[in-house]
Amino acid sequence: MSGSAVAKSGVSRWFSRGPWEAGAMTLIGGGIIMLVQPWSIDLYGYSFVTILAGTIGYVIVSHFPE
Amino acid sequence: MAWLFVAPTIALLLAINIFPLVWMIRLSFTSLNLSMSYLPLRFVGLDNFTDILTDEDVWFRLQTTAQFVIWSVALQVVIGYGLALLINRQFRGHSFWTTIILLPMMLSPAVVGNFWTLLLQPQIGPFNYVISLFTGVPPSSFSMTGQVSLAPWTIVLVDTWMWAPYVMLICLAGLRSIPDYIYEAAEVDRASAWRQFWSITLPMTVPFLMLAVLFRAIENFKMFDMVNLLTSGGPGSTTELVSITLKRAAFEKWRTGYSSALAIILFVTVFGAANIYVKALNKVKQR
Repeated sequence: MSGSAVAKSGVSRWFSRGPWEAGAMTLIGGGIIMLVQPWSIDLYGYSFVTILAGTIGYVIVSHFPE
Repeated sequence: MAWLFVAPTIALLLAINIFPLVWMIRLSFTSLNLSMSYLPLRFVGLDNFTDILTDEDVWFRLQTTAQFVIWSVALQVVIGYGLALLINRQFRGHSFWTTIILLPMMLSPAVVGNFWTLLLQPQIGPFNYVISLFTGVPPSSFSMTGQVSLAPWTIVLVDTWMWAPYVMLICLAGLRSIPDYIYEAAEVDRASAWRQFWSITLPMTVPFLMLAVLFRAIENFKMFDMVNLLTSGGPGSTTELVSITLKRAAFEKWRTGYSSALAIILFVTVFGAANIYVKALNKVKQR
């Protein structure tokens, strides 16, 4: 395998959609739980930033190769 | 030439979807109050967002919304799935009963809100009389929409009545997609009906159930019309869902900047959940 092909497969392994998408969805789900949980107002305070990060992340990673 | 054909649609989308969204984002960073719109527009940065995300009242309203979503979706899934299992069998009058069961979801939420308000009237509504028939409690001694302990269950009850048929439809599609030969193989292996349900029916309909749960959760998170007609968020703020808080901030207190920020928080939440929904939908499609 040539050097560039190895580098390319390494990059595509790093930027494959599956795990990143799962991470972004976990962030969104976690943020929603933080938003509605009844225990800590601090968690509630950080919920929107978490959801926003997850949503923007999801939009970006959904353009990664399969 | 292709652009020319698409242009009217794009212009319409820009005018009725994108422009209001961008305008709302802009307003969320200002202190605009429509009852004092003569005051100059002041840029307040993230103050509105900070106010909302440190406000215990909004936090409690979001918890009320979550409780409403959890209970109504749980009941809808249990009842909807049960109905789907029943309707999936062939029996006399099958089509007639399917139509009857589907009727509530074909009604407008405004109509449902109005006629359930009449049904639940303590003096003249038949609901209290039916409860009285079974329990012996005098019909006018309780009010389903006026009592703190009953009002949250009332909105769950009405929403379940309206949307359990929708969950049934989705589950029915899942049940019909299971090939017969799997059950035939299970029969050959002498698997009991209970075993067939746990090992074949339930696992193969789980993606459809997930879809129904996500869709109903998103819809109920945004619920406004029916609850506004039934209880208007009362008694007190027992049934005040976050959409009603938003309407009150925007059109009763006229805090436009604040309510725009709250609308953005809800929009991002629903948008994030919708991404997960679309992902689940694609998984079901791939089956």
